[in-house]
Order: sequence, then structure tokens, then C-alpha cells
Amino acid sequence: MKISVQREDFDLTTEVDSIRKNNPRVGAVASFVGQVRDVSMTLEHYPGMTETSIGKIIEEAQGRWQVMDCVVIHRYGELQPADQIVLVAVASAHRGDAFAACEFIMDYLKTQAPFWKKEHGPQGARWVEARASDDDAAERWQDPARKAG
Amino acid sequence: MKVMVRFFASLKEQLGKDAEEIEVPAAIGTVAALRAHLVKRGGDWQAVFAEKKLVRAAVNQEMAQPGAAIKAGDEIAFFPPVTGG
Repeated sequence: MKISVQREDFDLTTEVDSIRKNNPRVGAVASFVGQVRDVSMTLEHYPGMTETSIGKIIEEAQGRWQVMDCVVIHRYGELQPADQIVLVAVASAHRGDAFAACEFIMDYLKTQAPFWKKEHGPQGARWVEARASDDDAAERWQDPARKAG
Repeated sequence: MKVMVRFFASLKEQLGKDAEEIEVPAAIGTVAALRAHLVKRGGDWQAVFAEKKLVRAAVNQEMAQPGAAIKAGDEIAFFPPVTGG
């Protein structure tokens, strides 16, 4: 299990290898990479709370699906278009658990982890506003029908 | 009682500070009461914490609802809805 909030970039293959290579019981790894779209931005976060909140999201995922190992990396600071921002990778025995846990962690990150984006567009800097669709994405996991049996 | 109040993102910019230790009356026992207390400072504080503004809070680094209890020595953070990912 790895949680890292960092300025530096990350390498997908290295991170995926770290949760699958030494474990022959792993049969599936699902990963998600988010990247900066269109304009440069500055990402601020709440040191301490950020790591704790990501840990809780992972715990919640472990309670719902088989998560053999996972990596969550979120960058902060100055980022340029096409820079990687976030990585979630989940290793499991089967793809169903890996896909679901990966998507769940990502949806919860969007609404629960204390990060804020400030975009530097042609009209100057502006704080990005939260989107209701992100709340909806996180909330759909509260429907018992979506929980793993 | 004394509490440590922290501000992030747009709130930090509007208030011109990222943290302040403040002395509040002991009767202020919830996040919502603290927010109402800060509104009374007027000016930028009123603008930032007015009732209709979407402000989220955390108590001791855990997301907290307006009704969450606060006590002396707590770290209470205020910030806009999060936009990571």
C-alpha cells in the first residue's frame, strides 16, 4: 500500500510493477492516470489531512472489494498541460475487483481529498469550482446495489 | 477557549492569511457557530463566510459537517469544495 503526495512526476510502469511483480496471486491490475487538460495550474493541498483522507478511502475500498495492494499518487504545485496529476493503481486476483476499487478510489478522491486547483488561463488565474457531477459520481457508490457482494 | 483556524485555497487568498489562533467564547461549540462568529468580524470575513457561501470544514484534519463539535485546542480548517483528482 503506497500513498504519496508529491511535487515530482511518477512512472506508471514502475508503480504498477511495485504492486504486481512480486505477488503471483495477483491476476489483475487496474490503473487510472489523470493529466492536466488545456491550461497550466497550481495545486494546493492540506498536508497531513490529505494523506489521512486518502488512507481512509483505500480502507473503505478494501472493505468492499479484494484489494491485494494499491498505489495512490497525487501531485501538487505547478503543473503544465499534459502533465500527470494523479495515479490510482489497484492489484487484485480478478479484474472485477480491480476495476471497481480503482474507480471508487478515484471518485472519492475527487470529493473527499483536500486538493484545490487554480488554473492559469488566458484571462488570468482562477480557482476551479467543484462540479456537482463529481459529487454524483461519489454518491452512486452509496447505492447498496453497487456494493460488492 | 483557544482554537487554531486554518484557511485554504480561495479563502486563504481572500483573508490574506493561512492560519490564526483565535480565542472564542466557550459557548461556541460547533463548526457552524464558529463560522457565524467569524462572519461577525465583518469585511472580508463576512464576504468569505456569509451563509450562502459554499464553505467546507475539517476538524482535526477530518471532514466535518456544520454540526460537528469543537473544543479548546482543536484545529479547524475552512476551505472551498475540493477539486483534486
